[in-house]
Amino acid sequence: MSAIEVAGLRKAYAGREVLHGISFELRTGEVLALLGPNGAGKTTTVEILEGYRRRDSGDVRVLGVDPESAGADFRARIGIVLQSSAVYQLLTVREIVALFAGYYAEPRRPAEVIELVGLAEKHDARVRTLSGGQLRRLDLALALVGDPELVFLDEPTTGFDPAARRQAWETIRDLRSLGKSVLLTTHYIEEAQRLADRVAILRAGELVGTGSPSELLSGHGAVEIRFRRNGEEVVIDTEEPTRVLHELTAQAVADGVELEGLQVHRRTLEDVYLELTREEAAE
Amino acid sequence: MRLFLHELRAQQLLFWRNREAAFFSFLFPIILLVLLGSVYGDEPIEGIRAATYLLVGLLGYGIAATAFASLAITLVVRREQGLLKRVRGTPLPPATYLSAVIASMVVVIALQVVAQLLIGVYALDADWPAAPGSFAVGVLLGAAAFAALGVAVTALVSTAEGSSAVVNAIYLPMAFISGAFFSRQEMPAFLEAISDLLPLTYLLDLIRATFVDGEDLASSAGPLAAVAVWGLFGLVVAVRMFRWEPREGITGA
Repeated sequence: MSAIEVAGLRKAYAGREVLHGISFELRTGEVLALLGPNGAGKTTTVEILEGYRRRDSGDVRVLGVDPESAGADFRARIGIVLQSSAVYQLLTVREIVALFAGYYAEPRRPAEVIELVGLAEKHDARVRTLSGGQLRRLDLALALVGDPELVFLDEPTTGFDPAARRQAWETIRDLRSLGKSVLLTTHYIEEAQRLADRVAILRAGELVGTGSPSELLSGHGAVEIRFRRNGEEVVIDTEEPTRVLHELTAQAVADGVELEGLQVHRRTLEDVYLELTREEAAE
Repeated sequence: MRLFLHELRAQQLLFWRNREAAFFSFLFPIILLVLLGSVYGDEPIEGIRAATYLLVGLLGYGIAATAFASLAITLVVRREQGLLKRVRGTPLPPATYLSAVIASMVVVIALQVVAQLLIGVYALDADWPAAPGSFAVGVLLGAAAFAALGVAVTALVSTAEGSSAVVNAIYLPMAFISGAFFSRQEMPAFLEAISDLLPLTYLLDLIRATFVDGEDLASSAGPLAAVAVWGLFGLVVAVRMFRWEPREGITGA
């Protein structure tokens, strides 16, 4: 069974359509990254799946139910990290995690969740004394305390320093190893590449690529070879760099010329991402 | 019920943890009581001893200030911070959250009224309530009604920054026109006509009838019903219009 099934999802704000009929699925137990630039529709998509927003059309099933009409039972099975964190400033970390634990019939132990997100040494600190990164970890703790099957993480590491980001990644990997399904939105390619089993690239309300990072790469020429011939730049994308290079260099040696500025570059997810999302600017 | 008590406890913790706000919402009506008391001295108002008359008015004012105004501002701030949106994403039913918020205000008002009574009676020599049981029911009903109206009024406010301006513009004139600080009999006719519509007018009537005249609930059924109707109106608006999400500057992202 899939944790999330989306088919033909459309949404407009004030007459302007921001989702043009997107379809994807999140398989149970996998981490899917919804990757795209700001304004691509990531948060709108996630908030429709979480039940915060109504869709205009399309079929949406989250944990087998329609989030638009789902109630408390549904919300007991999901955990949400919103894009901006907001928590009662005057409570301590332990108090607020215990408060949220109380909303669920079968929560995890608050102390255990606080430990999991790495806030153990802060558990008696008032929320308002936490740093930005610590607040974000508290967000994660609140999303996990109900022991959800499916976790939504909307840009969970935006604004983190590199060390904090790595720590957050560890926590998200832990979720995966616990068998949770995770829908992650991000505009960091590295984050998607490191965490996600599959990546869905969203551009201006349309999905322009879906697949595992290696699948996304293979469709677009895994290796790029560049050199100059008579002052002109030549670019060859190929799945068979050994053969192509061999032919090129053999020819050059036979002709007694140098392949000027020869570069061989294994393409990254970033190259594919930028290519897929750049086309939009040309439209 | 477990969820309701859990949330009620949390709302109490949140109220008392904010010591500044809690302290001043207790203190402010008392300061006004002392100030107005020194203005009016011992002259009777509407045939009632000034200290007692003013104490009754300020009990009503205190209910409007805390259960209506402070609650509305607090809820708008929570909403605009995104806190309510987050609560909405948990299995806690929305109606449970709102009823716990209202019940929490009833608890606060009960304590606030006791504090004001003690100061009014022992420091300013006001009378004790003549019909304490009916008076208590009136106060608790008033607290619930004004808290429901406080929840409802958040629908009119779109920013946290604007919340105190909007809320003050509603409840302060209401307190004046309803006669919390002085007798309605001294007002021009058009203000009296407005005051005939306001919930605080009826809450003050109810408190005055039970506190001063010692009437029971049956004989003050008119004001009792008016306060209840206003409370129900607040509840209906609250259920239908309450927003859980902040007004978004940018949609679509």
